[in-house]
Amino acid sequence: METRSIMIVGVGGQGSLLASRIIGNVLLSQNYDVKVSEVHGMSQRGGSVVTYVKYGDDVASPVVEKGEADIIISFEQLEAARYVQFLKKGGHIVTSTQQIDPMPVITGAAKYPEDIIPKLQAKGVDVIAVDALTLAEQAGTSKASNVVLMGVVSTKMQFDEAVWQRALEQCVPPKFLELNKKAFALGREAAAE
Amino acid sequence: MKKLMLGNEAFARGLYEAGCKIVSSYPGTPSTEITEEIAKYDEVYAEWAPNEKVAMEVALGASIGGARSFCGMKHVGLNVAADPLYTAGYTGVTGGMVIAVADDPGMHSSQNEQDSRHHAIASKTLMIEPSDSGECKEFAKAAFDLSEKFDSPVIVRLSTRVSHSQSAVELCDREEHDLVPYEKKAAKYVMMPGNAIKRHPVVEDKLAAAAEYAETSPLNKLEINDTSIGVITSGISYQYAKEALGTKASYLKLGWVNPMPSQIIKDFAEKCDKVYVIEELDGIIEAHCNSIGVKVIGKELFGYIGEISQTIVAEKILGVKPEYETFDEPVPVRPPVMCAGCPHRGLFYCLSKLGVTVSGDIGCYTLGATPPLCAMDTTICMGASISGLHGFNKARGAESEKKSVAVIGDSTFMHSGMTGLVNVAYNASNSTVIILDNSITGMTGHQQNPTTGKNLKGDPAYAVDLEALCHALGIKSVRVVDPYHMAETEAVIKEELAKEEPSVIISRRPCALLKYVKHKPALKVDTDKCVGCKQCLKVGCPAISMKDGKSVIDHTQCVGCGICTEMCKLNAIVE
Repeated sequence: METRSIMIVGVGGQGSLLASRIIGNVLLSQNYDVKVSEVHGMSQRGGSVVTYVKYGDDVASPVVEKGEADIIISFEQLEAARYVQFLKKGGHIVTSTQQIDPMPVITGAAKYPEDIIPKLQAKGVDVIAVDALTLAEQAGTSKASNVVLMGVVSTKMQFDEAVWQRALEQCVPPKFLELNKKAFALGREAAAE
Repeated sequence: MKKLMLGNEAFARGLYEAGCKIVSSYPGTPSTEITEEIAKYDEVYAEWAPNEKVAMEVALGASIGGARSFCGMKHVGLNVAADPLYTAGYTGVTGGMVIAVADDPGMHSSQNEQDSRHHAIASKTLMIEPSDSGECKEFAKAAFDLSEKFDSPVIVRLSTRVSHSQSAVELCDREEHDLVPYEKKAAKYVMMPGNAIKRHPVVEDKLAAAAEYAETSPLNKLEINDTSIGVITSGISYQYAKEALGTKASYLKLGWVNPMPSQIIKDFAEKCDKVYVIEELDGIIEAHCNSIGVKVIGKELFGYIGEISQTIVAEKILGVKPEYETFDEPVPVRPPVMCAGCPHRGLFYCLSKLGVTVSGDIGCYTLGATPPLCAMDTTICMGASISGLHGFNKARGAESEKKSVAVIGDSTFMHSGMTGLVNVAYNASNSTVIILDNSITGMTGHQQNPTTGKNLKGDPAYAVDLEALCHALGIKSVRVVDPYHMAETEAVIKEELAKEEPSVIISRRPCALLKYVKHKPALKVDTDKCVGCKQCLKVGCPAISMKDGKSVIDHTQCVGCGICTEMCKLNAIVE
C-alpha cells in the first residue's frame, strides 16, 4: 500500500500530542508501518504546531510536505487556512470552528481572515467543520476538543469504531476515559449530521 | 513486542538494554526525552546535572569507575561539554561511554544550527548516526560495544526529526554488564603533558583502526537498485532520499560519521552513473568523498541551510514539483508567545515600560523579545546575559549601568550564570541582574534543577538557596519580587538600577503550567465599562483579544493571574 499522510495542526497547548498518539495507536493495531513526527520545545508555547502521522507498508520520511496530506485535522480555523497547501488533491480537512487570535492579530499588526471555511470550500476543498470546543465542554471539559475531532476523523477512515475505542483506552488515563469516550461519541455524531 | 517509540525513547531503551548504569545530562530540545525516559528504569542511576560539562565529566568519571555510562545533550550543549570531550578522546574509557548529541537543523528550538559532526572529528572521538527509532535503539547498543572495543567515547548524532519521530521498535531484555574492576592507570587518565604526549599517537592509531573496521561494519547499509543514480547519505536524510527516489536510486547509507569508511564509498561510486551526497547542514560526507577522489554532487544542489525533505530531493534530482491549493489571503503568522498566566509577562512589561537595555538569555523568557513587549536586546547562549551585561557596562560606563539589566532563568543561572555573577562582583560593575525564578526548567518541558527541591526521579533533593548563593558570590543587594505585582516590581527595578553597587532581583513565581499551581477562575470583561482603549493588550497575553471594539478574554486560556487588571484604569476586567 502506498504511504498515506495525516497532518494535525493547531495552536501549541491544544492537545495535538494526544491526538497523534491515538491515531498512531489505531494504525499500529492494524499492522501498518507507522511514523509520527511531533514538535517539542519553543514552538509549543502558543505557536502554530504541526504533527505528522504517516502509515503504509513501509514509511520512509516522517514528515509530510506540501500536496501530500490525505487528511488535515485542524484544531483552529486559521491553521486550516495556513496548512491547506499541504492537502493532497481530493483530501479532506476536518477542522474545529474555534478561533484563537495570534499575537500579530491581538496587537493589530495583522487581520484574522473572515469566512475561512466557506472560502476553502469554494476552492473545491472538502472541509468538515465542527464546533469541537462546545462539544468538548458538553462532554465535560474544553480540553477534550482534540478527542471530539478524533470522533469526526474516525468517520473518514476505514477502521471499525471498536479499534478507536481500544486506542482511547490505551492512550487516555482511566480517570478521564468516560469523559473522552463521550467527547469521541459527540464527534462521531457531529460528523454524521 | 513492537511499540511506537520516539527516537529519544527508543535510544533510552537501547541504553537500558545495553546495561548502562550511570546517566547524567542537562535538558535541551530535541534531546531531553532520552534522559527522562531512562530515569523510568530502576536499574539505571540517572540525574540532571547543572550543565552539560558537569554531565559529561560525571559520565567519564563513571566510565573510569568501570560502569557503562551515558550523557545526552543538544548540539549547543556539546559546546559547553567540549572541554572534557576533547580530553576524553585522549584518555579513552574503561566502561563504555556513550554521548548523544541532538542537532536541530531548521532551528525549531535553538539559537543556531551548528553541525555536531565537526566536534567528533575535532575531538578525535567516534561518531555514528541512526535514521529512525529502531536504529536509535540498535545504535545505542552498538555504541557501547564500539566504545569498549576502540577505547573511546562514542557520540551518537541525532537530529530533531529522528529524536522527535515515533516509529515501531522491537523490545529486548537488558543485558547486565558488571563493573570493570578499578585499577589505577595514571598514564591513561592523568592528562598532564608527559602523559598526554604519549596518548596522542594512541588516539591516531585508534582512529585508523576504527576507519578500517567501519569498512565492514553492519551500521553502514548498501542498497543496490537502479544504478543510474547513486545516493550517499546518513541519518534522517536517508529517509528523505528513500521516499523521494524509491527504487529509482541505489543507496549507501553511512551509519559511521567519524571515522568514515573510504573503500565502500569508492566501490559504490564505481557502480553508479552519477553520485549525489544528501546530508543536512555542512558538507562533511562530501568533503570526505572529495578527499578520497570520489566525484559527487552535494552542496551545490542542497546548500548548507535548514532541513532537507523528500520534496527538496525530488525537485533537485528528478525535477518534480508538488501541486497544491493555497488560501488566497494573507494568513497572519502565529509565533510562539508567553502562556496566559506566565510569571515572566509582568516583569517584561515593567522592563518594556522602563525602556531599559535588556541582556537576555536562553529559556521561555527569550519570548520577552517578541511584540508587543520587545524587551530584549541580546540573546547569545546560556549564561551570556550576565557576563555580556558586565562587558556592555564596562564599555559604556556609569550611564549604562543605570539603565540596563540582565535577565536569566533559575535553571540557566545554575547552568552557567553563577560564574558571570562572580565576575560582576569581583570585577565590580554596578550591573543589575534579574533572576527569573519560576521554580522549573520551563522551555524544555518542566525538568527539575538544583533550585527546585526535587531530582530527576521526582524525589526530594537539596534546593539551592538563591538569595544566600548571590550573597556568597559577592552581591550585597539581593531583593525578591512577585512579578504578578507589577507596581512593586517596577519600583524595585528602579531602586536597584539607581544603586552604586551590583544587585540581584529575584523575580519569583512558579510557572503557571506546573500541576501544583492553583489557578483562579478566568477573568471577564465588563462590557459596560470597557471603552476599547486596548491598554490591556499591551501585556501581550494570548487570552485577551478585541471583538467589536471591546476586549474579550478567552476563558479556556485565562488562569486569572490578574496582570491585565493592573493595566485597566477603568476596572473593566473583573472576576
